[in-house]
Amino acid sequence: MPDALLETQQLRKEFGGLVANDDVDFTVPRGSIVSLIGPNGAGKTTFFNMLTGVYRPTAGDVWFDGERMTNKPPHAYTQRGIGRTFQNIRLFQNMTALENVLVGMHVRLKGNLFEAIVRTPRVRREEQGAREHARELLALCNLRGRDAVIGRNLSYGDQRRLEVARALATQPKLLLLDEPTAGMNPQETAEFTDFVAKLRDDRDLSVLLIEHDMRVVMGVSDRVTVLDYGEKIAEGTPQEIQKNERVIEAYLGAAAVGHSS
Amino acid sequence: MRRRISPYWWRALGAAGLTQPRWLALSPTKRRAIKTTTWVAILLILIALFGVWKATAFALAAVIGLLIVPAWNRIPYGKFFVPVAVLGIFVCYPWYGASMPQLPIFGPFPQQSTVVVMLIFSMMALGLNFVVGYAGLLDLGYVAFYAMGAYMAGWFASNQFAKQHLDIGAVGLFPGWTGYHITIWLVLLMAGIATAIIGVIIGLPTLRLRGDYLAIVTLGFGEIMPQVARNGDNLFGTGFNLTNGTGGITPIDGPGFGNWAQHNLHLPANYLNAANFDSLFLWTAIVLVGITIFCSMRLRDSRLGRAWIAIREDETAAAAMGIPLMRTKTWAYATGAFFGGVAGAYYASYKSGAFPDDFFFNISVFILCMVILGGMGNIWGVIFGACFLAYLDREGLANVGAWFNSHFHTNLNVPLYEFGIYGVIIVVVMLFRPEGLIPSQRRAAELHEGVHDEPLYDTETAGA
Repeated sequence: MPDALLETQQLRKEFGGLVANDDVDFTVPRGSIVSLIGPNGAGKTTFFNMLTGVYRPTAGDVWFDGERMTNKPPHAYTQRGIGRTFQNIRLFQNMTALENVLVGMHVRLKGNLFEAIVRTPRVRREEQGAREHARELLALCNLRGRDAVIGRNLSYGDQRRLEVARALATQPKLLLLDEPTAGMNPQETAEFTDFVAKLRDDRDLSVLLIEHDMRVVMGVSDRVTVLDYGEKIAEGTPQEIQKNERVIEAYLGAAAVGHSS
Repeated sequence: MRRRISPYWWRALGAAGLTQPRWLALSPTKRRAIKTTTWVAILLILIALFGVWKATAFALAAVIGLLIVPAWNRIPYGKFFVPVAVLGIFVCYPWYGASMPQLPIFGPFPQQSTVVVMLIFSMMALGLNFVVGYAGLLDLGYVAFYAMGAYMAGWFASNQFAKQHLDIGAVGLFPGWTGYHITIWLVLLMAGIATAIIGVIIGLPTLRLRGDYLAIVTLGFGEIMPQVARNGDNLFGTGFNLTNGTGGITPIDGPGFGNWAQHNLHLPANYLNAANFDSLFLWTAIVLVGITIFCSMRLRDSRLGRAWIAIREDETAAAAMGIPLMRTKTWAYATGAFFGGVAGAYYASYKSGAFPDDFFFNISVFILCMVILGGMGNIWGVIFGACFLAYLDREGLANVGAWFNSHFHTNLNVPLYEFGIYGVIIVVVMLFRPEGLIPSQRRAAELHEGVHDEPLYDTETAGA
């Protein structure tokens, strides 16, 4: 693929004898929304963790924006422009919403130890700018007025949105969302889907989504990749995936395929 | 605050007519005032019960009340009131300290020399607070930095190296001196930097470890340093005398500004010759602690400070947000080491010596106790913990012991049980107030709610 933002080649992860990801080739084209689906335990989150440096692949390579990222530490991935959220929310529970977003900006700020002690005009300006930008991001994610609320005191939906705000604060080129709509009601889910589509259009982002809710996946994705038992079993547009026999088999069992054909 | 009080408390208080809603309906200032008054009243009753009633108890209660009751942060410039009051209390100590009446139980006010030590330990505790309080890394070998600082003063401000002959602004040199003699002001800075470098060297291999493992490795380094000091009089069998072995390095030059400054600026030429020797060291220590506080606050509110707190809260999430774990932790280590080194060098200059027996493991625990007792992550709490424990160590325990023996007709040598008593204090604090006496709000929340502590990613990727 000529303009792939993210590309994996034969990416493999074994935990002891268990093969969690079996030589997965995968691409996220620039400016697209790609969904990664699969039954529980298919290795989606493991795959995600390899794309963010949290896990080290057993074999294979990760390329991002033309650079080989394999075996780099997690912060290097963020530095190059991969922002992520977590399946089980991992906010900094005892920091305020604003501080959470400011931590997300860490890689984009420069002030070092000595400048912080002297508080040079440059650092002061940078901090002020960062705070303003953080407030804008909070407003963008529907968290206006929640700046000073401690992370764990936010409602569930707000925590999910704050995770997205924090990920956006890293100024990513690629946003990785791990089951972002888990636990949301249908209306919230619909709003969130629109929000993701809007982000892609307004901010020149590509999005990689792990999702269980098929309405979200089919509604917003440009491409869908299906994992089962760590193997990529299908890839294509949402329409193609809906008709793919192997996918139906993976989700519903072999008998279902027999009936539908 | 409500969460902290267990329902049992409320059941008892409810029986007395004070229900939770009624209490919460009061204004925060009133609640604070009532709480403080209650504590002071309990304190006074206890003092009265033990038969040591003194007029000073009233004065003490009044001071506590004045400092704690009003919500100073609501008044313009109010937030400066307590720090300025504390600063005043310390700066003026040489003038009133000796003439203060005896306190109940604790006896006379501490001597100036004790206050100097209290301040030096405050500085060390603030240094350790960077590591333990901010970044959440348990360091059981902090004494290594203290030792390094002290020996830096020993090497660069004494006659230690007999073959060398170098004098950079040193004061109080005797005829026939040898070795390096650099002015203490510069040595303090050098000690800080050298210790920070040692901190980085120790940190790089160890900071990949988490929690208990890190604690054990730092414990090891804390043991290595004094051993090197003790056996360093014949380094690698070459006959090179680095540390002068068990004898330690002594005497070490005192601080001072030289004769020119004394004539023209009325600054003391040499602290060690001055009549108000202790007061000079006291005031200088106040300046050093002030610098440490300033750096602590600036860093806490900076990009780096946020990163430290983020690592403490959730390492995995912090790494995913682009915080380089190793580098950030190493900075915390180096910063903490810097202040430990400066404090160590200053202490060596005050004692005019660096002795290996001062750097036992128990000092590491002692400083850690100060941080825990006062309140991890809170600058004022840490200073309080450091002052209180250092005071107990130098004078307090002996005084309390004497009081105890005379009232209960026992014959205990209380200072002998020093570390047992600290242990009990720490256990009690951890049980009833794990956030310390003066906690940082964030830290209090963590300790009551718990934080994420799940295994991080593969250890081999942890490097940065």
